[in-house]
Amino acid sequence: MAKSKSAYSVPTKKQKPDTYIFVVWVDNEAGVLARVVGLFSGRGYNIESLAVAEVDAVKNISRITIVTTGTPQVIDQIRLQLTKLVPVHKVAEFKREDKDVIFKEMALFKVVGKRNKIEKCLNACKKFNPVILDETKSSAVIQITALRREIDVMNKKLKPLGLISTSRTGAVAMTRGAKIFN
Amino acid sequence: MPKLLTGAEIVFKCLEDQKVEHIFGYPGGAVLPIYDELKNHPSIKHILVRHEQGAGHAAEGYARSSGKPGVVLVTSGPGATNVVTALTDAYMDSVPLVCISGQVPTHLIGTDAFQECDTTGITRPCTKHNWLVKDINDLSKVMHEAFKVATTGRPGPVLIDIPKDIQFAKTKYKKPNKEKKLNGKSHNKFSQDQIDELVKLLSQSKKPIIYSGGGVINSGPKASQALREFVDITGFPITSTLQGLGAYPGEDNQFLGMLGMHGSYEANNAMHDCDLLINIGARFDDRITGKIDEFSPNSKKVHIDIDPSSINKIIKVDLAIVGDVTSVINKINRTISKRKNGHTKSNKSNIAKWWEQIEKWREKDSLNFINSDESIKPQHAVQRLYELTKNKDTYVTTEVGQHQMWAAQHYKFNKPNRWMTSGGLGTMGYGLPAAVGVQIAHPEKLVIDIAGEASVLMTMQEMSTAVQYNLPIKIFILNNQYMGMVRQWQELLHEKNYSESYSEALPDFMKMAEAYGCKGIKADNPAGLDDKIQEMIEYDGPVIFDCHVDPNENCFPMIPSGKPHNQMILGPNDQEENKIKGKGKALV
Repeated sequence: MAKSKSAYSVPTKKQKPDTYIFVVWVDNEAGVLARVVGLFSGRGYNIESLAVAEVDAVKNISRITIVTTGTPQVIDQIRLQLTKLVPVHKVAEFKREDKDVIFKEMALFKVVGKRNKIEKCLNACKKFNPVILDETKSSAVIQITALRREIDVMNKKLKPLGLISTSRTGAVAMTRGAKIFN
Repeated sequence: MPKLLTGAEIVFKCLEDQKVEHIFGYPGGAVLPIYDELKNHPSIKHILVRHEQGAGHAAEGYARSSGKPGVVLVTSGPGATNVVTALTDAYMDSVPLVCISGQVPTHLIGTDAFQECDTTGITRPCTKHNWLVKDINDLSKVMHEAFKVATTGRPGPVLIDIPKDIQFAKTKYKKPNKEKKLNGKSHNKFSQDQIDELVKLLSQSKKPIIYSGGGVINSGPKASQALREFVDITGFPITSTLQGLGAYPGEDNQFLGMLGMHGSYEANNAMHDCDLLINIGARFDDRITGKIDEFSPNSKKVHIDIDPSSINKIIKVDLAIVGDVTSVINKINRTISKRKNGHTKSNKSNIAKWWEQIEKWREKDSLNFINSDESIKPQHAVQRLYELTKNKDTYVTTEVGQHQMWAAQHYKFNKPNRWMTSGGLGTMGYGLPAAVGVQIAHPEKLVIDIAGEASVLMTMQEMSTAVQYNLPIKIFILNNQYMGMVRQWQELLHEKNYSESYSEALPDFMKMAEAYGCKGIKADNPAGLDDKIQEMIEYDGPVIFDCHVDPNENCFPMIPSGKPHNQMILGPNDQEENKIKGKGKALV
């Protein structure tokens, strides 16, 4: 074996990473997002997408949804480290494949072109509840809600049809049925 | 109508209610209102340091040796940035600190004002929590919560950033709220079932080992008491991390010495070969585990820790018990004694063979070194220091490097809170200011900083603090003119290319002592060493002891990087033997 010249051990075999979604309830106070995001960057965890907004104005609670990848051991650590933050009330996490949880992203597409192209765009978006938010003779802003990879696909598909600008959110999540996260 | 108090008055009201007696600090523009208020509070003594890092480390020494939180007061900008090293050090080693920093007035925040910096932004990753107080009505609540966060659960540093206008503003003072829980986070989350399972594992084990850490110290003297009982009734061997030294008596026969990179041969081999590993308040640090894949491959692993995020972070364990060490061990002890019939006796005979094996490892005498009549060997110096001070209740701090490891190996601690060292962050320059803090907490005790000449120069200015307050700290410098640990790694791993690790132009420590107004003692041969150490101990005042030691000595035994516990490099005696067998080279 080659002699290690490091004062640290060499990385060892890794487990396969999976995609997980974290839902975090926090006090809506100055710096709280920086604490959560700083924990991810500081410990080398990945953030694929992030969505955050206040959900309870009376109790002053914000809900943060983070999509991340990691091995089960890393995901465990993320949950435990998040739980340790003082303004964090509750942490839930689930796998992307989890059938009991719905998660959605929203995208706004601006399409510029002739009427028939815009029609084609709407048609292509049919599956994803397209809503026209703004329309002129030569342009439209279309809103869709879908999964991340579906939006990726649409983004590609609409390019030749006159898509000139895309704006999209991070994923938000909700459990199915009467259950809530606990 | 209740009296309105200024922010500065509220700060002191809170400190008084939290029973703070000492604060370590350095004044500046943005904390002047607080400093102005100091004169009205005779129960709180301020210790003026010479650099804010020194204030932080002094507060760490104070906290570690007394069990009370250390309080630091610094100004905005450079005051705050200077204390960052100490906060990070305290965060890594779980030391409760409350740092109060001044900030520019609220209306100037964000304008790049004079001595402004984003203190809460900078210290966010190195504190348990921090607060920027923008409303005077929040101040008392935040102050009380800060003490709570710092001292409960796994302890750690917190910071409160108080803008100057808030220090002047007035409001009513609120007393600490006793009922308040931190988001309902309780720390004892274990059940009797888990304890029962552990007790079952104890009785089945043939090759057990207890591995205890700083968590036992942090849990308080009662935890050490409980641990001693536990070790006594089980008859198990026990090893300790660097931070855990003193929780179990260092001279006891069941104690195998420190484990890890520079741990003893018997402790590391026992860790590797055991069938049951009980981690009590330690965190499987990478200096402890060596190669993760081959760490203690055949054992059931139990982890007792107050911090759930420590569990399964590095090493997967079979049984995790989340809770305060004192409560957990007491519960275990009670459970064992309830079933005393059968358990203790049968188990002790179960592990007789294991003890035989351990005794064989012990015979290696892995802390040995070849002593000399001509030059002082650093290990010998620490041994003599121990022999001459062991009858006093001595407090030892260290800097970071070879001297730190030699101190950990050769100085035996029999009580908790007597050993203060920077383990996690490995901060050179920790020991001298930490000794200042320890001496403040224990004015009548003997406090020694076992130092290296390179480390001690990083915070040397704090000798002024020691002289100002007449703190009789003893700075025992093992002077080898090298950054010894760097030199050792370069010798073993970088073909003896001693790149920048030799200290040219070292100061004359005797003259330095004179310049600071303390006593200087120099030793350069083994013959006079004892007398000089005695002279140091007997001198009533701060001493700088310049002990010239063999510059080429290496710290052994050692687990080379990327190797498991059972592949240690042993000291020079053993290397001689190996050379004859032709195995010498393969070991390095």
